[in-house]
Amino acid sequence: MPKVQFTRHLKTHFPTLSEVEVEGGTVGQVVIALDQRYPGLKSYLTDDQGSLRRHVNIFVNEELIRDRTRLTDVLRPRDRLFVMQALSGG
Amino acid sequence: MGSPNRVILGTRKGLLILEQRKGGWRVTNHSHVGAPVPYAIRDRRHDVLWASLDHGHWGSKLKRSDDHGKTWEEVPAPAYPKAAKMKSWMTEKPVPATLRYIWVIEPGPPDRPDRIYLGTEPGGLFQSNDGGKSFRLVKSLWNHPSRIPSWAGGGRDFPGIHSILVDPRDSKRILIGISCAGVFETLDEGKTWEVRNQGLKADFLPNPDVEVGHDPHLVDACKSDPDMLWQQNHCGIFRSKDGAKSWTRVSKKKGTAHFGFAIAVDEKDGDTAWVVPAISDEVRISVGGALVVCRTKDGGKSWKTFRSGLPQKESYDVVFRHGLDKRNGTLAFGTTTGNFYVSEDRGKNWSTVGTNFPPIYSVRFT
Repeated sequence: MPKVQFTRHLKTHFPTLSEVEVEGGTVGQVVIALDQRYPGLKSYLTDDQGSLRRHVNIFVNEELIRDRTRLTDVLRPRDRLFVMQALSGG
Repeated sequence: MGSPNRVILGTRKGLLILEQRKGGWRVTNHSHVGAPVPYAIRDRRHDVLWASLDHGHWGSKLKRSDDHGKTWEEVPAPAYPKAAKMKSWMTEKPVPATLRYIWVIEPGPPDRPDRIYLGTEPGGLFQSNDGGKSFRLVKSLWNHPSRIPSWAGGGRDFPGIHSILVDPRDSKRILIGISCAGVFETLDEGKTWEVRNQGLKADFLPNPDVEVGHDPHLVDACKSDPDMLWQQNHCGIFRSKDGAKSWTRVSKKKGTAHFGFAIAVDEKDGDTAWVVPAISDEVRISVGGALVVCRTKDGGKSWKTFRSGLPQKESYDVVFRHGLDKRNGTLAFGTTTGNFYVSEDRGKNWSTVGTNFPPIYSVRFT
């Protein structure tokens, strides 16, 4: 199963968040699985229409995902996902 | 009842509650530390605090507290329907609508105890009928034929609803203020909407008398005489004596009171209102480097300028649209440079509560 790591910023809002393995053949499926484990997490990563938020990045291994709109990037069982925030704001 | 002795601030770095105790005003609560809080208010019907958050990365959120801010619970933020589209001046075609910002939270009237309204960017009015557990877009306003062609961003990229006024005499009558579109009125609790911009001037458009496209920065009503309405508009101060059927500009371009964002109307006297002016659209700082409050008692025919207790040189402060509030004889305002002031004599004299707050977005007595 893909393994997911998170920026520590998200722990402010989800204190129990930690590295986790979840089922999912695509990035979108992983996000849904994460939301089941941490209710509400999906709304922090994607907007009302399901697209990745503008200042959120998801890497698969070391590559940024390509489909930020529908999250269809395909995953292999041993992939590692990194959920990061873009550096912005002041 | 609300208290003039406690005030809740939405700031760029969190929510602050200040209470007046012996020796002055003190911060008694700092919640959502570090997060921008565009708006916060107490729902007096249920003694619940509400706050909107604007996380730079994680989107707009909605929080409630049932214990005066000790703990907060996140409730699902309003979501635009899948088919909803939005448009601004910089998008050629409509694009999928997503929640950008929760401008204002308005508890419903006493006879709708579970009703809460939200005004959002991009131009969404949301309504909850279950105490805020869920919100739905008011589609009748969203589908108004003027929205796509004539609503535009005002200060932000997409149009925003910042003023929601439920008539205390008739909760089916609601006025909405939109930047930029203008004022809309429903008489049937949101089934149908009429444009109420007669008399407004949009000096920033080729046709200042356009039907829709005006920029009311904030609309406020006299609570005991709700047909007496005021707005601090991008193009001056306007008032209506007939429930928004018509508006009259009551400020002059060269007057101290003209440009600004916030306005507060007296609860009992619809001829009396306060503003905190800035120089102009092009120069958004205090007039002449002096922070002042202007008040009219005669419906805008004349304005008195109050300076006592406020910095009279090297002030660069601007007061955002929700940054001024009034409760009985007490007024308070917070500024973009993190200064917070209170007057207990209807604006004549001011006390400095603090000068090191974060930029202040909203000020509401609890």
